[in-house]
Amino acid sequence: MAQPGREEAQDSVMRPRTLFEKIWDDHAVLALESGETLLYVDRHIIHEGSATPFERLKDAKLGVAEPAQTLGTADHYVPTTHASKDLFDNPEILRMVQQFEANIAAHGITGFSLGAPDQGIVHVVGPELGFTLPGTILVCGDSHTSTHGALGALAFGIGASEVAHVLATQTIWQRRPRTMRIALSGHRSRGVEAKDVILAIIGTIGSDGATGHVIEYAGSIIEEMDIEERLTVCNMSIEAGARAGFVAPDDTTFAYVRGRRYAPAGQGLDQALHAWRGLPTDAGARYDRTVDIDGARIEPMVTWGTNPEMNATIGSRIPQPAEMPTAAKGNAATQALHYMGLAPGTPLRDVPVDIVFIGSCTNSRIGDLRRAAAIARGRQARVTAIVSPGSAAVARQAEAEGLDRIFIEAGFQWRRPGCSYCVGMNGDLVDAGKRCVSTSNRNFVGRQGKGSRTHLASPTTAAASAIAGRIADPREFAAA
Amino acid sequence: MEKFETLTAVAVPIDGVNVDTDQIIPARFLRTPRKQGYAGFLFHDCRVDQQGRAIPDFALNQAVYAGAGILVGNTNFGCGSSREGAVYALRDYGIRCVIAPSLRDAIKARPGTRVTVDLPAQFVEFPNGERHKFAIDALNKRCLLEGLDDIALTQRHAGEIAAFKEAYKRRRPWLFQPAPAGR
Repeated sequence: MAQPGREEAQDSVMRPRTLFEKIWDDHAVLALESGETLLYVDRHIIHEGSATPFERLKDAKLGVAEPAQTLGTADHYVPTTHASKDLFDNPEILRMVQQFEANIAAHGITGFSLGAPDQGIVHVVGPELGFTLPGTILVCGDSHTSTHGALGALAFGIGASEVAHVLATQTIWQRRPRTMRIALSGHRSRGVEAKDVILAIIGTIGSDGATGHVIEYAGSIIEEMDIEERLTVCNMSIEAGARAGFVAPDDTTFAYVRGRRYAPAGQGLDQALHAWRGLPTDAGARYDRTVDIDGARIEPMVTWGTNPEMNATIGSRIPQPAEMPTAAKGNAATQALHYMGLAPGTPLRDVPVDIVFIGSCTNSRIGDLRRAAAIARGRQARVTAIVSPGSAAVARQAEAEGLDRIFIEAGFQWRRPGCSYCVGMNGDLVDAGKRCVSTSNRNFVGRQGKGSRTHLASPTTAAASAIAGRIADPREFAAA
Repeated sequence: MEKFETLTAVAVPIDGVNVDTDQIIPARFLRTPRKQGYAGFLFHDCRVDQQGRAIPDFALNQAVYAGAGILVGNTNFGCGSSREGAVYALRDYGIRCVIAPSLRDAIKARPGTRVTVDLPAQFVEFPNGERHKFAIDALNKRCLLEGLDDIALTQRHAGEIAAFKEAYKRRRPWLFQPAPAGR
């Protein structure tokens, strides 16, 4: 057992550290000589896809170590067409939701099932309720858990057996990842969304560009973003191969957290703020890698292929595989274009679409819906268009602002919250051969349904594409 | 957990780079209780066409790879959603070991060959005696050899965990304030 010696502990206090190192050191229970560290987990979020971990606990006759540190919400399998269990047409899903309710009740875990006023997507609900806090380690059985890094948390997805481990012990084994700083200088130009920024980052470093690393996003572009925008950026960290992605907490973060239901208040908040202000990376701390990107040059982006790296600016043409930087990438592009039914050289804006989806843990928050509604207002969708707000709270806010009316009058469907078309587990699927502009995070083969063709884009690009019936540049759709 | 020591089995190469977990098991199958078995879901949409016919080009449908117990992946095999359903599907199909792309060419050159994976000695051996060393971290190796699952391993450190939690809760009290009930 490698116990940190006195000298080493002293050194870790004196040596300049990155945000990541500070959070890691603060949570390290013990380290094995083989390289694994046992980390304490502050916050754990579960969804209705957690039946297997609870079964494992039952089989091993184990309880939940700290139920107050876990929060549950049903999102992956729930229908978005209605919020009532009475209307379930799928007995398999109904059984999963009922099992979820029974599991959280049996273990004293706070959770929100279908129809509950706080139900929503795990990565929307956590920040929204102040469950996600700066300086914490947060885990969830979902790959897009990196989303919560926007609040200055170290947040990462875990597998089903790890969910059982966290429930049973409130800890997790991890190998220390390497650190990468991505700095985005300049200011965003008009019409450029957080989604475009993260797609541009993934396009620059590649879908395996951050493998084995955690990313700290920094620079003026990030500093100027609100928390919802930072959530969008951090959400897709895994699409660059990163274990996690985060932003140093600042006054924007503290203002966002203050007053939320599960956030500290009073004296607790004062203590927390004191600690949180010490979290940002110290001057002179070193990262294993740094990447600098001129953020002012980023434009609205859309994917053309079958992983998020395969993207281009919306005004450009579908690339020629022969011009890709390596033969492997050229072959991958050829295969991807075959699957996508696209010819090299075609202007992206000429590509007709069949369906548009605005939602998912990437882009379903109130700001996303406001900006999409500003484009939809007073216009008519030419194709099937679906809006699924990220949580019941987002839906209430949007309805209070009349955004639901704007969407419905423009011919969009206004749905209930859930993962929906992002992953299709609830049956919200794109038909084979159909083309979907989607604000979600993955354009993998078959992701939205067997044979479905996905183009990832921002909520404004998605709304503009629904109006145009083809991939469209949102900058040509100033508010009507 | 079942122990893993040595395994001799047919190795099946799966083509394509960035084979993600959506391909290993399409999401729609994940609702199925594990106890029903996941073998039929493995690479379902690669193995079977829209009409339900087996796709002959796909390696798992070829007689030479029948009964494969080892899978040889290409670059970035298993990327995408961190869904354990992908592992259940591999396991239930009978795959006990996934080999990274470095041995791909050697295995593709000899379709249907049986290779031996020796975990204690950390090598993969071909029938002609050709051996390739592999690396594995000591913790995973120990857990596989002893059939020790992660919770059992962690519980051996219960004392250290309790001591850590006590100090941590004093240091970060705001994380443990009684929370208002959910709705």
